[in-house]
Formats: sequence, C-alpha cells, structure tokens
Amino acid sequence: MIEVRNLVKKYDNHIAVDHLNFTVEKGKIYGFLGPNGAGKSTTMNMITGYIASTEGEILIDGHNILNEPEEAKKKIGYLPEMPPLYQDMTVMEYLRFAAELKSIPREKREENIKGVMSTTKLHDVKNRLIKNLSKGYKQRVGLAQALLGYPEIIILDEPTVGLDPKQIIEIRDLIKSLGKKHTVILSSHILSEVSAVCDYVLIIDHGKLVASDSPENLSKVMSGTNSLELTIKGEQQEIRNALALVENIEDLIYHDSIVEGACDFSVKIRGNQDVRENIFFALAEAKCPILKMQPSNMSLEEVFLKLTDSNYEEGGESDHAGNI
Amino acid sequence: MLAIYKKELRSYMTSMAGYVFIAFILLILGIYFTAYNMQYASPDFGFTLSSVTFLFLIITPVLTMRILAEEKKNKTDQLLLTAPVPVWKIVMGKYLSMITIYLIPVFISSLYPFIMGRYGTVSYPMAFTAILGFFFLGCAQIAVGLFLSSVTESQVIAAVLTFGVLFCSHVMDGIESFFSDTALSSMIAFVVISIIIALAVYQMTKDMFLSSAVGLVLVAATIIIYIVKSSVYEGLLQKVLDLFAITNHYDNFVGGILDITGIVYMLSVICIFVFLTIQSIQKRRWS
Repeated sequence: MIEVRNLVKKYDNHIAVDHLNFTVEKGKIYGFLGPNGAGKSTTMNMITGYIASTEGEILIDGHNILNEPEEAKKKIGYLPEMPPLYQDMTVMEYLRFAAELKSIPREKREENIKGVMSTTKLHDVKNRLIKNLSKGYKQRVGLAQALLGYPEIIILDEPTVGLDPKQIIEIRDLIKSLGKKHTVILSSHILSEVSAVCDYVLIIDHGKLVASDSPENLSKVMSGTNSLELTIKGEQQEIRNALALVENIEDLIYHDSIVEGACDFSVKIRGNQDVRENIFFALAEAKCPILKMQPSNMSLEEVFLKLTDSNYEEGGESDHAGNI
Repeated sequence: MLAIYKKELRSYMTSMAGYVFIAFILLILGIYFTAYNMQYASPDFGFTLSSVTFLFLIITPVLTMRILAEEKKNKTDQLLLTAPVPVWKIVMGKYLSMITIYLIPVFISSLYPFIMGRYGTVSYPMAFTAILGFFFLGCAQIAVGLFLSSVTESQVIAAVLTFGVLFCSHVMDGIESFFSDTALSSMIAFVVISIIIALAVYQMTKDMFLSSAVGLVLVAATIIIYIVKSSVYEGLLQKVLDLFAITNHYDNFVGGILDITGIVYMLSVICIFVFLTIQSIQKRRWS
C-alpha cells in the first residue's frame, strides 16, 4: 500500500528523518511512536506530499507522491497535527468545500458528508461556525475531513491530542472501526494509545526506525528476563533467607512498601521458568504471608524508553539537535 | 479550482476585506468623478481614472495580503496541498476570485460614462478603452500582491511588501531621474546588477565556483559590450527601470488608444507573477 524507501529529510544541517525504510500493508492500523521531535510529523507530511523529501522515495499504491501527486493524494485522507480548519466557515460549509476540493462527484457529495458526520457525531454542530467549537469538536471536524471520500489510506497525526478522556476513548473506538476497511496510520507519543489501537508499531527516534513489530511481540522480545512483583509480610532479612532457597532467582530488589510491616520485592527470574509455586512454598515455610504476587512483563512504555534511550546514547554526541 | 474560487469569493463576501476594497475604490473614484466630470464638466473619463491610479497602492494590499499568507499561518494550506489538486489550480482559483471582486467596482465605474452622456457628448470608445486599461492595470497589481502574499506567512508583512513594491513602481519615473542616462553610468549600474545576481546565485546554491563564474561572465559581457558598442547603453538603465513602472503602461489607454503592447505588458506581468507564486508554493515540494 505504502512503500517508503530510504527517506531522508534535512533542514539545513539538522537531519529530521534519517534513511527511513518501511512498508505499510492494506487493512491494518499502524502506529508511529516516538518522542517529541522524532520526525513523526515530518514523515507524515512527506507521505501526504505536503513537503518534499531530500532523498528517497514514497510510493502510494505504486504511485510516486512527487511524480504523480494527484493519483497518490486521491488515496489519502490526512488529519495534520493542527486540523486545517477555516475558522469563519460553518462545519457544513467546510465539509462541502473539502468534498469539492477532493473532487468527490457532485451526486455523491451530500451523502458522503452525511456519512462522515454521523461517524464523527457532528450532526448537532453542523451549522455552527468552526471558530466557536471546542477543541474536541474541532478535532472531529478535522477527522471528518480526512474521512471524506473514504480514501483507502487514512493518516492521522496525533489524533487524540487535547481531547478529554471520554473523547479519547470515542476517537480510539472510531479508529479501530476504521481499521476494518481502511489502512490507518496514526502517530502518537502516548504509548497506551498505540498499544490499545494498533496492529503494528513503528518506533522512531531521531528520524531513525528503531523497532517495528506488533505491540505484543515488542514487549515480549524486549522483556528478556521475566520478573515478579511481590508484597510479603515480614522482615526483610527473613524473607531474603527464605527466598535464597528457591532456585532460578537471578536478582532480588527490595523496595519500601506502603503496607505496614511488609516488604516489596522485584524478583528477576532466570530463563522461562515458572517459580511462583516454589516461592509460595518457601515463604509459607518461613511463615511470611504473601500479600500480592504478580508477573510483570515489560510494558510498551519501558520498551519505548529502553529503545529511545539507548539510541540516544549512541547517536547523542553527533546529533543532539533532534531533541531540542 | 472551482471549489477554491467559490470559497475565496465567499470569504471576501462574508468578511470586511471585500467590501472595504469595493467601497474604497468607488468612494475615491466617485469623488474624482464628481469633481472632474460633473463639477468641472470634463468629458474625459480616462483622465479621472488615471488620477486615481494611486488608489492601488492602498487597495491592492487590502485584497491580496491574506490570500496565501493566512493559509500558511493557519496551516490550512496543509488541506489544500495534500488534496488531489495541482498547485496551479489552487493559485488560479485564488487569483480569479480576486479578479472577480475587482470586476465589481470596474463594472460599476463603466456606468459612469453613461451618466456623463446624459449631460453632453462623451466619446464612449475612449472612455471604455480607459476602463479596459484600468481593469488590466488592477489585474497586474493584484498579481504582484498575490505573489508577495505567498512569500511570507504574516499578513502585515505581505501588505507592507505589496505597498512598498507598488509604491516604487508608481514613482519609478522619479527614481529613473536619479540616474544619469550616459552610457558609462548605465554600464556601471549593470556591473553592479551582475554582481548582485552572482551573490543571489551563491545564496541559492552555496556554490562558490558557480556563482563567481556567473558573476565574471556577466561582468565581462557588460564591459565588452561597452567597449565594442557603448551607444547601446545610452538610456538603457531608464528603459529597464521603465519595465517596472506598471502605471506608466496605462498612459496610452487614458488617451483612448487601445494599446496592444500595453495589454501584452499587463498580461506578461500577470503571467510572471502568477508563475512566481506557483513556484514559491511548489518550492517546498522540490527542496
């Protein structure tokens, strides 16, 4: 569907996007993840043909975005970071304008506009001026505009920024339902969002692709050692002695607990063994009751921090500018 | 193209800018018309029109300053430039909408000769030739404003730039007289221009070799032509500067001459500036 080859974008001496390669397949939801200034928006602007790349090429369904812009742009609906709204138009006027601009055939226009308005729940505000709408509604108008004509590819740049929690959930559900028929690419620096919505995650840092996989695989691969979080009643030393008898424990880290008379421990376990039963019996013998025991896989959050941090240290000296 | 044309037209009709533009032209033209043609009973409508050409200095920026600068500022150009519409259609849609707004006062002013006709003999061909010239003059200046609006994202800067450029063009006669028209001074001016071109080339390409080569060739050519045939340079600077004086090319229309070179000149100005506008928008797509 979308092929990005060797994409580079330079602003003077600063490299915003650095030899990016990836392909996007049909009918999936892709998440662009990265810290601020990682090059997410720049990449999206290049895919949609708003700005040119310094090097490399982008193919939308086989059409090069620079050589056959009309063909390629027809297949894309784009919601930029700041929704491109004309403040002095009403919602209806704006959508009519956008529909005409996207050269949707005249007879289909009204129906199409109705369709996207009901998907984005805009009917109540359709005759209001855009400048009088709240941020959440503005975002929805922007989204409605991106959906007009039901393009095959929908690109959303931070679609949930500035929305309240209820709206965020609504938009997420909407994106999920869009993913059934369309190819969706969304960018975000909120990890829970990406892991909740996306089938596939592309993590970008300093303009480079640092990882790309499904959210489950990423957290599995990155966790390496699995670990347990424990809250145990008793003295620290006593518990340590008891746990020393359990095999396959690699490391034991003590934390202060909020429960009185108890200790918190993070237990790192060697290999893929399940030692929960052994821990239970060992502590039962020592008469230290377990108040809480839960496995802790590395969350996407930690994966993300780990990936972007290590990358930062490697490339940190040469190009700091990306983070400023 | 039609979508953008309609949108711009609506936006002029729902905001102050369109009305201010129309009302101001009609007000000033009305005052001069009353004074010259009514009170003073002159049958020459062209003279009235030519005395209000200063109007464009103020009125063109009002119309053109927002046309592209505002889109850039509000980032609404992201919608236009990611839509399946070629850039030239966007620019033409916008330009034609401004021309349409400008046509309204031009159309109303074309009724004035008939008012005059009620009180005496008026040469209608002469009056309408002048109106036609006035129309082209406005179109050319609006094209200049369109281009200057595309180079910045601030409406104020666009307006000031447009005013400045149009003002220089308006007083070009005076500027021309600063320079003596001898061959030597023209030649020196062209050497300076060659160096400026070379610097501009350097600024764009950052290529020292290319820019110094361009500069040297231009300077050498200028000097060689001077040595071989210095008469070429006599008054040349004035001729070149005269190309920038848009209003001067209106003078023939005032006298009732349907000046084809004048029309060609105005159309060239329009084409050049519309083309430059398209390039300045497309620049970001060809970095």
